[in-house]
Amino acid sequence: MTVSHLEASHLEASRLEAPELATPPTATATGTAVRGRVRTWTPVCAYTDLLPERGACALVDGHQIAIFRTFDGALYAIGNRDPFSGAYVLSRGIVGTRRGEPTVASPMYKQVFSLVSGVCLDDPEVSVPVYAIRLNDGVVEVGR
Amino acid sequence: MSTTTAGRGSGAATRVVVAGYGPAAHRFVERLGELGFDGAITVLGEEPRPAYDRVALTSYLGGKTAEDLTYPMPEGVTARLGDPVVAVDRAARTVRTASGHAEPYDVLVLATGSRPFVPPVPGRDLPGCHVYRTIEDLDAIRERAGHVTSGVVVGGGLLGLEAADALRGLGLATHVVEVADRLMPRQVDEGGGAVLRRHVEALGLSVHTGAGVERIEAGPDGAVARVVLSGGEVIEAGLVVFSAGVRPRDELARAAGLPVGERGGIVVDEGMRTADPAIYAIGECALAGGTVHGLVGPCRTMAEVAADRVCGGTAGFTGADTSTKLKLLGVDVASFGDIAPEGALDVTYLDPVEGVYHRLFVSDDARTLLGGICVGDARAYQTLRPLVGRELPGSPTELLFGGTGAVAVDLPDDAQVCSCNNVSAGRIRAAIADEGCTDIAAIKGCTRAGTSCGSCVPMLKRLLERSGVQQGKAMCEHFAYSRAELFDIVRVRRITSFSRLIAEYGTGRGCDICKPAVASILASLGNGHILDGEQAALQDTNDHFLANIQKNGTYSVVPRIPGGEITPEKLIVLGEVARDFGLYTKITGAQRIDLLGARVEQLPAIWKRLVDAGFESGHAYGKAVRTVKSCVGSTWCRYGVQDSVGMAIALELRYRGLRAPHKIKAAVSGCARECAEARGKDFGVIATERGWNLYVGGNGGFRPRHADLLASDLSDEELVRTIDRFLMYYIRTADRLQRTSDWLENLEGGLDRLREVIIEDSLGICAELDAQMERHVTGYVDEWRATLEDPEKLRRFVSFINAPDTPDPSITFEIERDQIKPVMIPLETVR
Repeated sequence: MTVSHLEASHLEASRLEAPELATPPTATATGTAVRGRVRTWTPVCAYTDLLPERGACALVDGHQIAIFRTFDGALYAIGNRDPFSGAYVLSRGIVGTRRGEPTVASPMYKQVFSLVSGVCLDDPEVSVPVYAIRLNDGVVEVGR
Repeated sequence: MSTTTAGRGSGAATRVVVAGYGPAAHRFVERLGELGFDGAITVLGEEPRPAYDRVALTSYLGGKTAEDLTYPMPEGVTARLGDPVVAVDRAARTVRTASGHAEPYDVLVLATGSRPFVPPVPGRDLPGCHVYRTIEDLDAIRERAGHVTSGVVVGGGLLGLEAADALRGLGLATHVVEVADRLMPRQVDEGGGAVLRRHVEALGLSVHTGAGVERIEAGPDGAVARVVLSGGEVIEAGLVVFSAGVRPRDELARAAGLPVGERGGIVVDEGMRTADPAIYAIGECALAGGTVHGLVGPCRTMAEVAADRVCGGTAGFTGADTSTKLKLLGVDVASFGDIAPEGALDVTYLDPVEGVYHRLFVSDDARTLLGGICVGDARAYQTLRPLVGRELPGSPTELLFGGTGAVAVDLPDDAQVCSCNNVSAGRIRAAIADEGCTDIAAIKGCTRAGTSCGSCVPMLKRLLERSGVQQGKAMCEHFAYSRAELFDIVRVRRITSFSRLIAEYGTGRGCDICKPAVASILASLGNGHILDGEQAALQDTNDHFLANIQKNGTYSVVPRIPGGEITPEKLIVLGEVARDFGLYTKITGAQRIDLLGARVEQLPAIWKRLVDAGFESGHAYGKAVRTVKSCVGSTWCRYGVQDSVGMAIALELRYRGLRAPHKIKAAVSGCARECAEARGKDFGVIATERGWNLYVGGNGGFRPRHADLLASDLSDEELVRTIDRFLMYYIRTADRLQRTSDWLENLEGGLDRLREVIIEDSLGICAELDAQMERHVTGYVDEWRATLEDPEKLRRFVSFINAPDTPDPSITFEIERDQIKPVMIPLETVR
């Protein structure tokens, strides 16, 4: 899978499926709206298990995926491994925005990554993988 | 210039002998070292100790020790102390000391200083009469002050007022007697003297000007009982301090046949050499350019010139800037340039209500600044002193009151900004423009400006501003406010959530800079558990997991061990917990035990064991009060004078968990030996015979700094109250991640200002600060215990949200020296 492909699928997922408000929606499956080759959706937790503006890590087929719920209620998923330290910790970073773009800062050396593109905004040559994520009837699902 | 001297000085075999070991002698030998002098250096001093900072002498009575004031002995110097030179044999090039020791020299430097002038009045030798020059003098004054209730200082000059301040500090009713018609006649004129007098009298001192001492009379015990003034006035006092000027100690030179001045002082040329090419004289004993200099600045310059000449250089001493700015008895007094120029115009400003007096002298065409005097408010001094002898950049009134910023931009490049380190405005501009300095710290590092007395720091700030460097106070892109401003907003508007704060005062949704800062502010102001509600999302990972993240994503656990005191039972529990959870253990630098290598999901189980055994969080993860380290103190130590462990525990328990702009470390030492290294801490307490001395603003780490003495001989209650206020004032006003050392250095007005605010309550905020601390103390809860009691919070402590029982497979260890150590998967090249 290429990064650009994932980016596209993720954008679709988050824009179309994330609720507008911080309250958990009574959303229904909209997985069909996701373009690209998401083969499997894996349910990882209830939407309400996620704290607003905080991450959590899901273990999906041996992959560590950092998932985030932002203040506006949107969901994002990126690789949990911090490429600068090699530690699997991005899910424990501080969530915020940079010029409007949702971000997470690595708790290790504080580099900031875009939750949308996975690109390190402090060093754009470095990026982490981005995964598809959606809300399915109150359940958060990660696509691979 | 003597080629003979230069040739001899640069030779490797040169033996340099220095007679006298005061600040000038010290600077001389220090400078020789800096210049790479490789001959033998011998110092023969009269006092029983190495050179010390005489300017700071009064602080010795305030609690500083002789060691605090003593300069470090430069390497390679042989010193004979307590054995003064009594004779110079110029023919044999040998000096002889009081003990009969003979020391041959190739170069002799006379640095014998001066002696206090004691006017020839009857009774001047009675017990209870003292001078004010050495540590031994101060010891004697302190001893006498313990037996009397009032004292007289003879002399109302700079040193006299300092002595008066010292007597006042010793609790005596204090009188100052000055022959001239005003105080500090050398520095200020009549108008300034009058304002100064009102300030001094307001402090409860009695001032007698235009009066000499007629005689000093003894009481029945044979010691001083009263002082009779020339006008007949009688002052009942048991202690007299003579501070009526000094006289150069030139008797060695006289006896050796070297020329001395009519009123004393060894005649030297501009290379500081006497009539004998092998003999130099420096400091207060030298008569350079027809003047004997008593200020430390010129004396240091003389020492540097002499050292340069001894090493073959051609430096010259061509007079000195006698500008002075000081704070005496809490009053600013400054004078600069010529303060009584002939034919000059002058601009005088007098505000008797505020006690402010300014007088500027300008040339008769009103274009050039000649000199000036400031009493009561010397803020304009920094701007005005460098302008002496130059064309005025504005009208005199503007210079005094028009805001100093307007002037700073016009400072010529060659104007001296930092007089301690001789740094010009041009040098600072170059540091900003060419070397990329964008803040005060960078300028200090680049130029050394502002690193000694610090009085030019406001000027550096203005130069930065005027150079167009954005001294951005904005914390980050989300808030256009500094941390201190945000603190006030949160405090005054009683804001309790980040969402409300950023909605009303910011933009976006924050970042890893502003969120922890706001979290800290909310916590400092007592808004419940740091993981409650929305606050949880603001915390850095360490605060979020109440533990310290390590390089492999595991955490370390540090339980509180107040004051470093721990029972054997608790030590055993720590060992058992570490063993049962497979943790690496290490003793920390703060007298605690660190348990490393815990995975997120192990943390609650570890805390449970610790909390059940009576431990609580040590807040090692927080920008918070960490520990109060201690030595064993008077309970066990044969030298201890106070119970340092007891005090350390009390302080640690009082301030535990207090969130601050940065971490806060502290220590308590039970005596002046300072085994707890308290002066390297944010606040350090050192026991004295009479209580506690409080030092603040120390630091170890990246930029070590010794803490400054804030207050002396405090009772337990006074100590706690002063620390309460210090901490709360710091928390209110510091920048994000600014340690107390940096905060104090950048606090306008420095230590004096801090004293005014938290001891004298000049801002009227002490009651608020006290109340704020009281709220912290009563509202404290252990964060570990509170988390264990809250199932909602506990649910966050998992490696995987979809597999709570699965440990993170990326975390592996190997064994080294019988303990675990992280195995890191090698980093691929990230770019």
